[in-house]
Amino acid sequence: MKACVVVFPGSNCDADTYHALKEVAGFDTDLRWHGDTDLEKYDLIVIPGGFAYGDHLRAGAIAHFAPAMRSVGEAAKRGVRILGICNGFQVLLEAGLLPGAMLRNDSLQFRHQWVDLRVESTETPFTAACGQGQVLRMPIAHGEGNYFADPETLRQMGHERRIVFRYSDEEGNVDPAHNPNGSAENIAGIIDEGGNVMGMMPHPERCSESILGGTHGALIWRSLGL
Amino acid sequence: MARALDDPVSDTALTAVALNRFEYNRILERLGRPPNDLELGMFGALWSEHCGYKHSKALLRRLPTDSPRLLVRAGDENAGVVDIGDGMAIVFKIESHNHPSAVEPFEGAATGVGGIIRDIFTMGARPIALFDSLRFGPLDDARNRYLANGIVGGVGSYGNCVGIPTVGGEVVVEDCYAGNPLVNAMCVGLLRHQDLMLAEASGEGNPLILVGADTGRDGIQGATFASVEDPESSARGVVQVGNPFLEKLLIEACLEALSTDAIIGLQDLGAAGLTSSSVESAARAGAGVEIDVAKISRRAANMTPYEVMLSESQERMLVVAESGRESEVIDVFDKWGLHSDVIGSVTSDGSVTITESGKTVAHVPIEHLNEPPEYRLAVEFPDYLAGASALDISAIPEPKNVGEALLSLLSAPNIASKECIYRTYDQTVGSNTVAGPGADAAVLRIKGTERAIALSTDGNGRACYLNPKAGGAMAVAEAARNVVCAGARPIAITNCLNFGSPSDPMVYYQLYETIEGIAEACEAFGIPVTGGNVSLYNEAAGRQIYPTPVIGMLGLLENVETTTGIGFAAEGDVVAVMGDLAGSLDGSEFLKHFHGLIKGMLAIDLDREVAVQKACSAAIEAGLLRSAHDISDGGLAVALAESCFAGGVGVNVDSVPTEARIDELWFGESPSRILVSISPKHRSRLLDLTASVNVPLHIIGRVGGDRLKLARNADVSLDEARQIWSSGLANVLSGRMEAQYT
Repeated sequence: MKACVVVFPGSNCDADTYHALKEVAGFDTDLRWHGDTDLEKYDLIVIPGGFAYGDHLRAGAIAHFAPAMRSVGEAAKRGVRILGICNGFQVLLEAGLLPGAMLRNDSLQFRHQWVDLRVESTETPFTAACGQGQVLRMPIAHGEGNYFADPETLRQMGHERRIVFRYSDEEGNVDPAHNPNGSAENIAGIIDEGGNVMGMMPHPERCSESILGGTHGALIWRSLGL
Repeated sequence: MARALDDPVSDTALTAVALNRFEYNRILERLGRPPNDLELGMFGALWSEHCGYKHSKALLRRLPTDSPRLLVRAGDENAGVVDIGDGMAIVFKIESHNHPSAVEPFEGAATGVGGIIRDIFTMGARPIALFDSLRFGPLDDARNRYLANGIVGGVGSYGNCVGIPTVGGEVVVEDCYAGNPLVNAMCVGLLRHQDLMLAEASGEGNPLILVGADTGRDGIQGATFASVEDPESSARGVVQVGNPFLEKLLIEACLEALSTDAIIGLQDLGAAGLTSSSVESAARAGAGVEIDVAKISRRAANMTPYEVMLSESQERMLVVAESGRESEVIDVFDKWGLHSDVIGSVTSDGSVTITESGKTVAHVPIEHLNEPPEYRLAVEFPDYLAGASALDISAIPEPKNVGEALLSLLSAPNIASKECIYRTYDQTVGSNTVAGPGADAAVLRIKGTERAIALSTDGNGRACYLNPKAGGAMAVAEAARNVVCAGARPIAITNCLNFGSPSDPMVYYQLYETIEGIAEACEAFGIPVTGGNVSLYNEAAGRQIYPTPVIGMLGLLENVETTTGIGFAAEGDVVAVMGDLAGSLDGSEFLKHFHGLIKGMLAIDLDREVAVQKACSAAIEAGLLRSAHDISDGGLAVALAESCFAGGVGVNVDSVPTEARIDELWFGESPSRILVSISPKHRSRLLDLTASVNVPLHIIGRVGGDRLKLARNADVSLDEARQIWSSGLANVLSGRMEAQYT
């Protein structure tokens, strides 16, 4: 597995993601600058969390114009696996590689907390090592993670099993009481029509080692290595 | 520009730069001529309390600073540098931003965070953690709520964006902080020994490069503003505005630029802006500097040399590069989209020379600027202390229902969960956070090693008000106890001293005594003070704040796997107290909450404290403890409740043989006590271990069930208690409920 993490000015989970991919997953991993366009050699491209371009205008709004994002778009068309985490998810939405948009959290506050997620689909390269309906525990840390899409898009994604994670309780029950940000249908992660571009708000790179309080994040890397 | 000798400067002009007539005459004497306006402004900034420490410097010499672990001498550099083994070192410092936060809470707190981060990466360290110790006035007052919410918002907004986890801190509410909240931010950085960079402007002819934000009119005279009483009477214009995105770029660009080896020295621009950064860098190297203000990019038109030299625009760094290699450095800043200007060079004349397009506008020997007068005042015992220490406990009725008293105390803002605040802070970015807010100490692993560091910030204004010396020692002891409970050995502190106006003899006494207490405690623990910050003139509406030292404690774990949490871990575990079972109510939250009393005699036995902490460390390192939790605010009952909440399990305490009053048993707050839990099979080993070092160990009960059962009259539902504790602070902070004082 040849992987890279794209670094934008203001990315701040780039080093953590690099550490998880290289030291935990054991992938051959590079950090690539947002101005780089030669991303052809990678099997996995990760857009990390943070505040790319300071989230000016709105999260991801400027980053999607970066030269590297043109190459990411081309790679997506070729079927290369693209993972956007947190701010990376927001960038993929702004780039049109995933449907929908992010609104401010319904609390109107930045929220950091550990959440439970129900795995809705194991038929993706990112979740193949998970069990159907398995509950994963991961941290979230965002101010704009309130996922929105029109009812038709939501219906279609549900029909095509493209909703990958939903916020739930620890038993896997999906209800409004366990929705940390107001997301439509408790959505925490989705995948594109081609099945190779995934965005998720929780941070698997922060829970891939037991000393950090959980290892469920490593299931994502294990899935990608299958 | 030059002032004629017979043109005396007016008192108003001196007040504007926070200098007095005595100091002005001193300047005349040293220069042998009157200073011009720019020179006077530079003296005012560098001789301000904020930069010059003129009232505290003599007292601060009392603090112990020797340790084989220190890589730079305390106070010489921007922050302390402590060896942690494996060729790695921790750089850490705490600093206040009280006055700006009293005027413009969001930006005041945000720029406080930004400023302390720059102090850390300017030394070549990567910032890995932030702490915020916050103190507010009563939250039933709308103004205090506005300040509190603005400050919390500013802290979160800056730290979250810049990508450094906020992993600990404090939130304390007391009447004395009304209108004068305290914002103390600590930043912790990690570096390899060989990457340590000093803030020295050395080597004649080496260029000075100013990097980052353009220079504007914001924050002019911020340093002097922080050195006068009643900041609210000043304009909001002196408060700077932060840009965390720019700061993030500066961090990455500076760390990358340092790897070129073309940088001789690096210094952030903080209080007094370019004036202090250039003068201090040159002073460290025994050199001089020449700066042409015309070469500095401006945010505003028609800025005078005075405004440029004293601007406190944020997110700026002064780089001293090796002559001939400046382009290597500038290329890195260009890559990160940062603007840089070569603004001058290092000279050998020992003076700071400011020019504007070739014309000299200021010329002052650096030794004059850098050596403000030092004041030593008489230390007099203040009258209030006799009254405050007189507490007749027999006049206070014992609580009839301990359970009800506990539930009420759990809702008090100082005791209630702080989660409603810290959940707005990113706590895990960096993927090093082993324990974060809510624990006794934050624990961060050091990637690539087996080690971890534990850190805690602790202050206790109320205790220092009642007994400044004991309070100072207790703050150090509690901070140490917190990192010990997490499994670490304390190795160094940084400190932030928040006090009132030093011209008030009461305040000067408090400062003198508190420093004495901190010094004695550090000597007892054998740890150095690596640096810190003094914030004076904290008062509002003529009322001085409590003397409030905040200690930032650094502890080291040789093996991260040995770290211990505060939560009870398993049903059936044995619960015990190391140290005395009951505590004193003097100065307690209990007395304040139920009886409205801030009274009592406080004392700490440092030998006992050290013995208890060493016993706890030994027990953790031997693998005997399943949990360890400092017994502090709210006493043993609150500590038990917190260990239950963290572990998600109840407790049955059925053995409390003591002659003490029931409220002293459950709510007394004497230091040197730790609540622990152990597997039953380790019971005798722990008893042997504590007996061998003469530390009392009281086995008091067992972990289990879903209730908090305390002998002598308390049996409450854990869920109900948790609900009250979780919502206590959130309710008052949101204004949904007035603070309840029974």
